[in-house]
Amino acid sequence: MEYLLVNYEQTAAVILFCIGFSTMLLNKNLFKKIIGMDIMDAGIFLFLACQGYIEGRAAPIVVDGVQDVEAYINPIPAGLVLTGIVVSVSVSALMLALIVRLYYRYHTLNLDEMIALAGKEEV
Amino acid sequence: MQFVQNFPFMCILLTLICAVVTSVLKGRQARVLTMGLIAAVTAMTVAVLAYTLRTGESYVYMMGHFPAPWGNEIRIGVLEALMMTVFCFVMLFSFVGGLVPSIREIETTKYNIYCILADLIFLSLQALVYTNDLFTAYVFIEINTLAAAGLIMMRQKGRNLVAGVRYMIMNLVGSSLFLFGISMLYTITGHLLMVHIRESVAALAASGEYHVPLTVVVALVTVGLAVKCALYPFEKWMPGAYSNATPSVAAMLSSLVSKGYIFLLIKFYVRVIGFDVIRSLGVLDLLFIFGVLGMVMGSVHAVRARTTRMMIAYSSVAQIGYVFTALGLGSELGVVCALWHCAAHAATKSMLFVSCAEMDDACGGTHMRKDLRGAFYHSPLLALAFALGAINLTGIPLLSVFMTKVTLTQAAIGVGGRHMAIVLAAVAISTLLNAVYFLGTAVNLFVPTKPGDAVRPPTVRKNPFTAAALVGMIALNLAMGLFSQPFLTALADGLARFA
Repeated sequence: MEYLLVNYEQTAAVILFCIGFSTMLLNKNLFKKIIGMDIMDAGIFLFLACQGYIEGRAAPIVVDGVQDVEAYINPIPAGLVLTGIVVSVSVSALMLALIVRLYYRYHTLNLDEMIALAGKEEV
Repeated sequence: MQFVQNFPFMCILLTLICAVVTSVLKGRQARVLTMGLIAAVTAMTVAVLAYTLRTGESYVYMMGHFPAPWGNEIRIGVLEALMMTVFCFVMLFSFVGGLVPSIREIETTKYNIYCILADLIFLSLQALVYTNDLFTAYVFIEINTLAAAGLIMMRQKGRNLVAGVRYMIMNLVGSSLFLFGISMLYTITGHLLMVHIRESVAALAASGEYHVPLTVVVALVTVGLAVKCALYPFEKWMPGAYSNATPSVAAMLSSLVSKGYIFLLIKFYVRVIGFDVIRSLGVLDLLFIFGVLGMVMGSVHAVRARTTRMMIAYSSVAQIGYVFTALGLGSELGVVCALWHCAAHAATKSMLFVSCAEMDDACGGTHMRKDLRGAFYHSPLLALAFALGAINLTGIPLLSVFMTKVTLTQAAIGVGGRHMAIVLAAVAISTLLNAVYFLGTAVNLFVPTKPGDAVRPPTVRKNPFTAAALVGMIALNLAMGLFSQPFLTALADGLARFA
């Protein structure tokens, strides 16, 4: 329990990931699935971002000629988070566009109903 | 450095450039460029394979002017070159074999998008095979997922859109688990480059530190990639995606996309974590159980399938089960068997999808297994290709999948105990079920129709592209079957130098 409280950022990140994961898998509504996916990704980004942060240090931008590595946080996780956000945004945009298209076709957002309606169509 | 050593990087760059250029081309030009690209990459990969076999050494190629970890790098050895050569030939034959059906089924204005997505699948496959960096692998996994979903939806039908959405959802779950896994691995090792992670993990394993987080990392990455490979019981999205896509897309998805993920998983086990550490974590037992279940349940579903494409799609679940069972044994021979089956299944399944789609059309646009009766008498090449694929997957001697079953059995005997008994029973049951659905369908092709039977006229004309691709696929399958021993030896050598 003590570890969970000390590393509260990671704990929050894992809880977020689990909420997103279960929402994505258990909800029938496609919009809620996308929201679940974004929450899940946010959990991973929070987890990564808090790994790079070191208490009392500054962003790795050299100012006032300070070259000492001890003065700065680790910038690599921030770079990974940025890459991850780009991927996540692309995937969300594609999925949302697809959901709009499916809604016009089947007039429902429920995935099970869509599967049933598509199953009745010609192969 | 010799010039040939630049080829893997040049292949990746060339594919990326072609994908961009294709966006401004029209259908015919896009087709020609994509075919030319795949042929050129295949030729260059063969040259790289010849070089690595001759020297017997692997090398690391630095991309750009900054060495890793600041820059990025790829790693090429016998194993990568050998697998990539098979994948390139399969890609070439799949694209050419499904060329005419794809022109028929995809809107003319969207044809260049189809070529772009095929280029991106090919690009991500090369990157997954060659990469030496885990985050690069994640990025290309996502590119692969997006491109594959786009390809499934190229046929603008409701079934395809729904199959595409299901594919995306399950694959995004897998990608997120993989990303979470490598994020945790970064926090406990401080590296993303495979070589550096391996050193850190070896130190952690020796000291006993972070045992639980390491187990969680391996479990997350394994489950993530298993979901993406459609390992039983995560296979629900797969039959719809494979059976509704165009023939070339179904061939690419079943033969290449899932194999890229499996190769990455093997790379993660052998090069990143180390197989000794993996064995001590207990995750392989989980893979073994699901693999065995997949071998049997995939075949059971295939027996019950009414359409030929659905049968082939469900058969992929069984074949993926073979790969994961071999991996789950936890021996080096098991890993060699998994790699061999990736190559053998890629070559066979693409041939089955391409020949089956054309045969359906030649039999009057049917999709039912029973309606293919007598197909050999009007479409002999298609029927022969299908029959060869079918008897190969059943496990007839002199063909490639027979060697999978032999190697898997040898690996299981080497491990001994309960594993051996379970594998022997599963191989026997699975082979029996394979014979029921594959041999039953294949024999039906050679049974002449009775005079009173209604014979439907073909809905399309025969095309030379599919015929040429099928001849190539038949040659590839026969070559893999007849020269299986040198291939397996090269895989074992490559694996020994892979770590």
